[in-house]
Amino acid sequence: MADVPENAPTRKGYFDNFAFNNHCPGTQSQDAGKVSACQGCPNQNICASSKPTGPDPAVQEISQRLSNVKHKVIVLSGKGGVGKSTFTAHLAHGLASNSEKQIGVLDVDICGPSLPRILGVEGEQVHQSGSGWSPVYVDDNLSLMSVGFLLSSPSDAVIWRGPKKNGLIKQFLRDVDWGDLDYLVIDTPPGTSDEHLSIAQYLKEAQIDGAVIITTPQEVALLDVRKEINFCQKVGLPIIGVVENMSGFVCPKCKTESQIFPPTTGGGKKMSEDMKVPFLGSLPLDPLIGKCCDEGKSFLSEVPDSPATKAYISIIKKIENHCSQTLAARETDTGETTS
Amino acid sequence: MGISFYAPVIEDYGVVYGIFCMFVGDHLSGVQHVIMVLSGKGGVGKSTVATQIALGLRHEGKRVGLLDVDLCGPSIPRMFNLDHQDIHQCPEGWLPVYVDKDQKLAIMSISFLLENQNDAIVWRGPKKTAMIKQFLSDVVWKDLDYLVIDTPPGTSDEHISVVENLKSYNPDGAILVTTPQAVAVGDVRREITFCKKTHVPVIGIIENMSGFVCPNCSECTNVFSKGGGEALAKEFHVPFLGHIPLDPKLTQCLDEGKNFMEHYDKSPTLHAIEKVINTLVRIDRDLP
Ligand SMILES: Nc1ncnc2c1ncn2[C@@H]1O[C@H](COP(=O)(O)OP(=O)(O)OP(=O)(O)O)[C@@H](O)[C@H]1O
Ligand SMILES: Nc1ncnc2c1ncn2[C@@H]1O[C@H](COP(=O)(O)OP(=O)(O)OP(=O)(O)O)[C@@H](O)[C@H]1O
Ligand code: SF4
Ligand SMILES: [Mg+2]
Ligand SMILES: [Mg+2]
Repeated sequence: MADVPENAPTRKGYFDNFAFNNHCPGTQSQDAGKVSACQGCPNQNICASSKPTGPDPAVQEISQRLSNVKHKVIVLSGKGGVGKSTFTAHLAHGLASNSEKQIGVLDVDICGPSLPRILGVEGEQVHQSGSGWSPVYVDDNLSLMSVGFLLSSPSDAVIWRGPKKNGLIKQFLRDVDWGDLDYLVIDTPPGTSDEHLSIAQYLKEAQIDGAVIITTPQEVALLDVRKEINFCQKVGLPIIGVVENMSGFVCPKCKTESQIFPPTTGGGKKMSEDMKVPFLGSLPLDPLIGKCCDEGKSFLSEVPDSPATKAYISIIKKIENHCSQTLAARETDTGETTS
Repeated sequence: MGISFYAPVIEDYGVVYGIFCMFVGDHLSGVQHVIMVLSGKGGVGKSTVATQIALGLRHEGKRVGLLDVDLCGPSIPRMFNLDHQDIHQCPEGWLPVYVDKDQKLAIMSISFLLENQNDAIVWRGPKKTAMIKQFLSDVVWKDLDYLVIDTPPGTSDEHISVVENLKSYNPDGAILVTTPQAVAVGDVRREITFCKKTHVPVIGIIENMSGFVCPNCSECTNVFSKGGGEALAKEFHVPFLGHIPLDPKLTQCLDEGKNFMEHYDKSPTLHAIEKVINTLVRIDRDLP
């Protein structure tokens, strides 16, 4: 049974709480909400009243729609504010610096979409055509889709529970007409919940190249990032590697470096070693990165010879390499060539 | 391994929600003030502010509860160095974990229910909603002067659930935390709309991570810009509760679960935090 929550945290000793039920028959099963293990489970009413659903036809439609997208990279972090959206934008800018390549960015942060601002296209509109929604073009070869384009004012709040968010994510994946893409980069909100499960579920057939995990050096962030790695392992999402953002800060006046977010437990590198996932590199704290984001500019082209830009480029190279390797592996797997 | 789905995907959740609206148990009736800490943006310091407020109020002699409803990324136990504590169950419900011997500061977080701290809580909305409901109804807080609630970023399941379940208890309101830069302020702007729509009063806005003073040359750099939170407060005519500077010592204390107030009692950071706490203490005093 695929949907038994085997990744449910186990009950702690004597603590008998049904939220952590290990005998759950699976929420999609015929017995959901009806067997003895369900007695007292907070989810029982929902389970008992919902009918088991078959495989969602959208999964097939999405894989069809995305069949001319060569690489799909998803940017994740358990922790908020570590720079997922900033990294997504700069990964996209970096990849798009090769004008031969077509890059798409999908923002699935439904309640806090930041990419329209970071990519400098705030206030733009999405148009509907016969072939679907057309994304907003940041550049000739760089396009973006975000819930931010569907709001009528910047103070509009999207007060939605999970199912409604999932519905929109499904639409984004199925109905956006990206054209031919070399890379689709997906930005996510923090956590391991609806948005993340939906992306993993809907893209099951369409194949994700992997996830880039963003962290900052301090333990409070690493704590949540370990959970995100655990999530990837559970849903079978390959991990391209970990990026440590906001590593050090060099005072512009005296050039002394300070650790504003000190790596009290060894930082992202040690965590990657402990969790046995690749470490892609560190990015420094640079006020100009934040400023470029606020102004919707690419830090890589505004400040091309800063140490941060060099670090970005080296990390982006590693991601590109990983992607071409997965593509090669996929081709030998299926015996077909796509390029 | 296949993907696991804990809760059924129900497209029309509105219908189902009705079933869920049982009564929140009466453990909250002995709570004088409920304060939520909100932000549309991640990582702006909600948990940090919630922790410092709880410690500060206790320092003022109040009995304080701190409820962490960030189910996927709970930080509160780490910030109090309580990672491996257990929750006990008694006939009345769940007993929170006390930080101190005289039981003046009680904490509840999902992290106490996990066997392994690396375990991810992979739950969809309905299950999160159910858990939050349990937290609000089953935790035996006893008599509290303040219940502080730390939330994840956004305006979704957790927030809607907390607000709906607390409606009949007239929460005092929400403290909104932002960092100065436009990317963060943009999300917090949406959180203000959330508060308006759900009739949660905004107690005020805090601008966190505002300026970093180089320990070597004392030059102040606005790493994440400056003034965004204050301008937002002005724009929406809500109180501005102050700037908290970027302070690596604060990050360090929270990572190690130490009480910042006891360790750095004359720093400008603490001064800013104390200002916020005074505002909250005033809420209590101004009560009819
Ligand atoms: N290396 C850096 N140096 C300076 N500022 C940075 C850096 N990386 C990100 N920032 C800034 O930090 C803030 C948070 O970054 P960002 O919005 O990308 O985080 P996020 O992980 O997407 O947050 P959320 O969890 O809310 O989606 C932004 O204002 C961004 O401009
Ligand atoms: N004023 C400050 N100076 C230095 N570090 C800070 C400051 N405020 C918060 N931090 C650190 O920044 C990190 C993020 O803060 P925190 O975890 O409180 O944010 P959050 O809004 O709760 O994040 P999330 O959205 O993930 O729940 C923490 O490591 C915290 O210690
Ligand atoms: S009620 Fe649903 S979630 Fe709970 S144990 Fe039964 S099937 Fe599992
Ligand atoms: Mg983001
Ligand atoms: Mg938090």
